[in-house]
Amino acid sequence: MNELIFFVNKVLVSGMVLGSIYALGAVGITLIFGILRFAHFAHGDLMTLGAFVTFILTVMAAALGIVAPIPMAILVLPLAMVIAAGLALGIDKGFYEPLRKRGAKPVILLIASIGVTLMIQGLIRLFSGVSTRSFYADTPKQIFRIDMSFLGASRPIVVTEPQIWMIGLTIIAVLALHFFLTRSRLGKGMRAMADNADLAQVSGINTKLVVRVTWIIAGSLACLAGTMLALDVTLKPDLAFNIILPIFAAAIVGGLGQSYGAIAGGFLVGFAETMAVFNWAVLLRPFRAGLPDWIPNDLSIVPTEYKLTVAFTILIIVLLVKPTGLFKGVSS
Amino acid sequence: MALVALENVEAGYGGAPILKGINMEIDASDIGVIVGPNGAGKSTALKSIFGLLKVSSGTIKFDDEDVTNSLPDRLVPKGLSFVPQEHNVFTTMSVNENLEMGAFIRRDDFSDTMDSVYEMFPPLKEKRNQPAGELSGGQRQMVAMGRALMSKPRLLLLDEPSAGLSPRYMLEIFEQIVKINASGVGILMVEQNARQALEFASKGFVLANGQNRFTGTGKELLNDPEVAKSFLGG
Repeated sequence: MNELIFFVNKVLVSGMVLGSIYALGAVGITLIFGILRFAHFAHGDLMTLGAFVTFILTVMAAALGIVAPIPMAILVLPLAMVIAAGLALGIDKGFYEPLRKRGAKPVILLIASIGVTLMIQGLIRLFSGVSTRSFYADTPKQIFRIDMSFLGASRPIVVTEPQIWMIGLTIIAVLALHFFLTRSRLGKGMRAMADNADLAQVSGINTKLVVRVTWIIAGSLACLAGTMLALDVTLKPDLAFNIILPIFAAAIVGGLGQSYGAIAGGFLVGFAETMAVFNWAVLLRPFRAGLPDWIPNDLSIVPTEYKLTVAFTILIIVLLVKPTGLFKGVSS
Repeated sequence: MALVALENVEAGYGGAPILKGINMEIDASDIGVIVGPNGAGKSTALKSIFGLLKVSSGTIKFDDEDVTNSLPDRLVPKGLSFVPQEHNVFTTMSVNENLEMGAFIRRDDFSDTMDSVYEMFPPLKEKRNQPAGELSGGQRQMVAMGRALMSKPRLLLLDEPSAGLSPRYMLEIFEQIVKINASGVGILMVEQNARQALEFASKGFVLANGQNRFTGTGKELLNDPEVAKSFLGG
């Protein structure tokens, strides 16, 4: 039984957490791709930037002596998301919009976004140094241990408080996005523009407004994902840059331009990564007595250090079998 | 006073002009049909009205207001609507959502307009929740026209509404165009099926090489031996 609990902790909880982060990042990338038709490479750094905004607000709130029953980062998160949305709008206005106005091709915008990546990381390092910070410097992370002794296990299921918040907030964000895209006038306008930008323009849809809304959603979700990642591990200048490739893989696996695909892709990649590094031999332990000796003690599919390869393996398989992604995506 | 008037319009895609001084006038009661050989600038004329390409000289007036080089998001609220020839529906969105997108600029309750569109095109009502991409060519054309009508236009621009349709659907679409016109919407359309379209046109424009060649009522053009010989295939 303990082995099964170990599986739940290592695969289900971790996969859920990683999947949430990937999904929120991938949704932003897929929305930007759907509307503006370019791969926004700086999205990871938008996440990091959002996490830093949350961190600064947390420090400020603590300095003001505000106390709350929930983690300070969660309390300031809505404000941080608003600021991050503003920053995303500013980045678009400052760097991408002038290029679009001159009719730049998507590849030019992609290269510009690599520049934005370097710039954001540089600015963060300039102002905050290269050190690693923790949201839990003063107060320890609250850890919930769900007792499983009624199943005959001595090990508990372990989840930390930020992990619970993360999963809950991701569900809320996904539902909110769903209702926005299917019920609201502007959300439908966004889908229309992603479907057929020329026809959207001809229909009188305010395409500039749609672009702004896209950045607001992408920026605020990036802030949410970045903060969650920083709460789960630590805050550092290259926090989310390191996971931009699996996030892209998630968006592509889901079918570029498809929001639901990106969410599915995010969780698929997240679970696949945790499952691939899980040592499956653990589950065989109870039956060890009856098993032949040649079964090794480590049955993980890839070593932890090579976790990144999992996303690409999935990506390659999906592109070979279903090139438009799981949900039929758009092409540039 | 004409609903829309083009005066000596020159326009193109940046290179040599495709339209070399076009004149046209359409009243609210008119069905105007533009015919002519390939490359004559028929679609270009529609697109220049709708701000989809650059007008380099001349003026376009809508309701006596200069709208030369105005963009669609300004023109649609004024009462212009355009149905492109291709890619004219949102394929991933339902029929209902397509119509809603046509009413994007309207902040009032548009359910009565939607009802009248469904009344005009009954097959759409059954398929209102289906993605428009799953419909047949004729039904897509209905969605495209329905979408354009949702903004309650005063002038409807149609780029080859019968392209690729079976004769049955073509007649049905033409019938609806006459009905739409009867309800007080001016029509200006480009049409390959010139003979059939000129039958019900109150104004016909024969374009060739980016210029007006013949202008008259539909009947006049049909009966003009020169037009018939050069442009209507004898």
